[in-house]
Amino acid sequence: MIGDYVSSPRIWKFGNSINTDLITPGRYNMTTDWKELGKITFIEHRPEYSKQVKPGDIIVAGRNFGCGSSRETAVYALIANGVQAVIAKSFARIFYRNCINNGLLLLAAPSDFIDKMDETDEVELTSASIINKTHNISTPVNIPPLMKRLREAGGIISFLKTHKIEELESSSVN
Amino acid sequence: MPNQTLAEKILSAHAGRDLSIGDLAVIDVDYVLAHDTTCAWAIEPFHQIATKVFDPSRIFIFFDHAYPAPSVQAAQLHTKIRKFASEQGIPIITDGVCHQVMAERFTYPNTFLLGADSHTPTGGGIGAMCVGFGSTDAAVGMATGKVWTRVPETVRINLEGSLAGGVYPKDVILSIAKDLSSEGANYKVVEFGGSAIEHFDVPSRLTLCNMCAEIGSKTGIVPADAQTAAYLKRQKRYKPFKEIRSDANAQFSDTRTYDISKIEPTLACPPDIDKDVPVSEVEGTPITQVFLGSCTNCRIEDLKVAYDILKGKSIAPGMKLIITPASREVYEQALTAGYIMEFSRLGAMIAPPGCGACLGRHMGVLDDDDVCVSTSNRNFTGRMGSPKAKISLASPATAAASAIEGKIADPRKYI
Repeated sequence: MIGDYVSSPRIWKFGNSINTDLITPGRYNMTTDWKELGKITFIEHRPEYSKQVKPGDIIVAGRNFGCGSSRETAVYALIANGVQAVIAKSFARIFYRNCINNGLLLLAAPSDFIDKMDETDEVELTSASIINKTHNISTPVNIPPLMKRLREAGGIISFLKTHKIEELESSSVN
Repeated sequence: MPNQTLAEKILSAHAGRDLSIGDLAVIDVDYVLAHDTTCAWAIEPFHQIATKVFDPSRIFIFFDHAYPAPSVQAAQLHTKIRKFASEQGIPIITDGVCHQVMAERFTYPNTFLLGADSHTPTGGGIGAMCVGFGSTDAAVGMATGKVWTRVPETVRINLEGSLAGGVYPKDVILSIAKDLSSEGANYKVVEFGGSAIEHFDVPSRLTLCNMCAEIGSKTGIVPADAQTAAYLKRQKRYKPFKEIRSDANAQFSDTRTYDISKIEPTLACPPDIDKDVPVSEVEGTPITQVFLGSCTNCRIEDLKVAYDILKGKSIAPGMKLIITPASREVYEQALTAGYIMEFSRLGAMIAPPGCGACLGRHMGVLDDDDVCVSTSNRNFTGRMGSPKAKISLASPATAAASAIEGKIADPRKYI
């Protein structure tokens, strides 16, 4: 999975404290069907998103992205949409580990880099950096070893089919 | 010289080796909790890695988020989970919000609870390390009895002084949330201490720890002590436990001390937990609904506070007062005490124990123009229904006073 970056992604930009109730509101997510979840992502917060999002798109957000509920539906919905990465100033804890467990790429980026990014910008994501070609700026990509390992495995469930959970101890989340 | 935090000690005991802040460890969990939303998503991944759960007596499955079923979809989720639970020999618990029932019946000091719900930290009020996870971790936990975790930093919160009349633990934690912000304790453990905490009973501590989820923390915890023992005896399930504390030289990433005697009735304005103001600043704002419920604030102690304010009064015309006891035990205590009869006389709607209106699925969903004072923990946009509705969070006393006036009201005039 690492290295399979989709070129010319569309940027979907959001603000601070995008909570899991905004991503998949509690009263819409009474399902265990990923495709159904994909249809309700940001259904009230940004109604055109689920109709227009396409595989490879990137979510860009401010501080504390994914705060609120532990409901993993927020992660599944973004994966169902084919989102290749979420780039934010910071992430909420449970959302962060749910993404690690599912292999969804989360990248923390400096505030000024995020603030300068517009939805119309041309952005390229590589294994080494996030490049904003419109503004001619870039920031390095740092993927913690545990996230990298579970992404390469296709998520913790796939990992556990062939490994013991204790083997994760040799990685690091920092 | 020993210098471990309480969190480092509890995690080390569950890893079977000495751990330090920043370590990545795979630990044994004492209990796994999942509910009608998160368990549904854990079943399929569970079956990919196991056929039988590691120990059915350590797994607790609750129907609380949408129970009784408000829709065919919800009923289908319940059916799916019942089948899984039946195959695995796990009883389904339908006696209220998972966190309240865990505290009443199951959680012991110094244990580790893997809870597939963000408000799992509630149980920190019993001196346990209770951490919120997603469905995948619940699946892994049910299969292996283990979870991976990073050993977190600790923020130490010292509470000093004593609460003024009309001021409650909810006001304390809202004040702390304002000070720390909604991500102020991200990835960290919030450990409570100070001379005032000794006087907080376990139900009060459950409220403090519950809201630690709202400041980003991994969990909140009050070290187990005589109050913990008294609560376990009250619940008729006391067993001796070790009173574990952070060492004197433990490294806290931040230490804050609050003089709680200075705290006033406090209200979190929509739509953020950290937009807190003294109730007196927003007094008189018209409201349409009061929700007295949730794992934060609908224990018998909370209902008594509301009852003492409401008894013999009337609620504002058209006011939707919804009272949802946190558990069946609380419901029965309120019946016995006569609270339910008085709430009914007032025209309150008494909902069955569970999460109720808190997450906007049923029993009190808000319309565009609704303005709600809630005793729950989240006032996010759209949390309880329409994204245009406004939700403020406050103590049961502020909620009760506001129901009487039909406006946000300072409870101190009713004390």
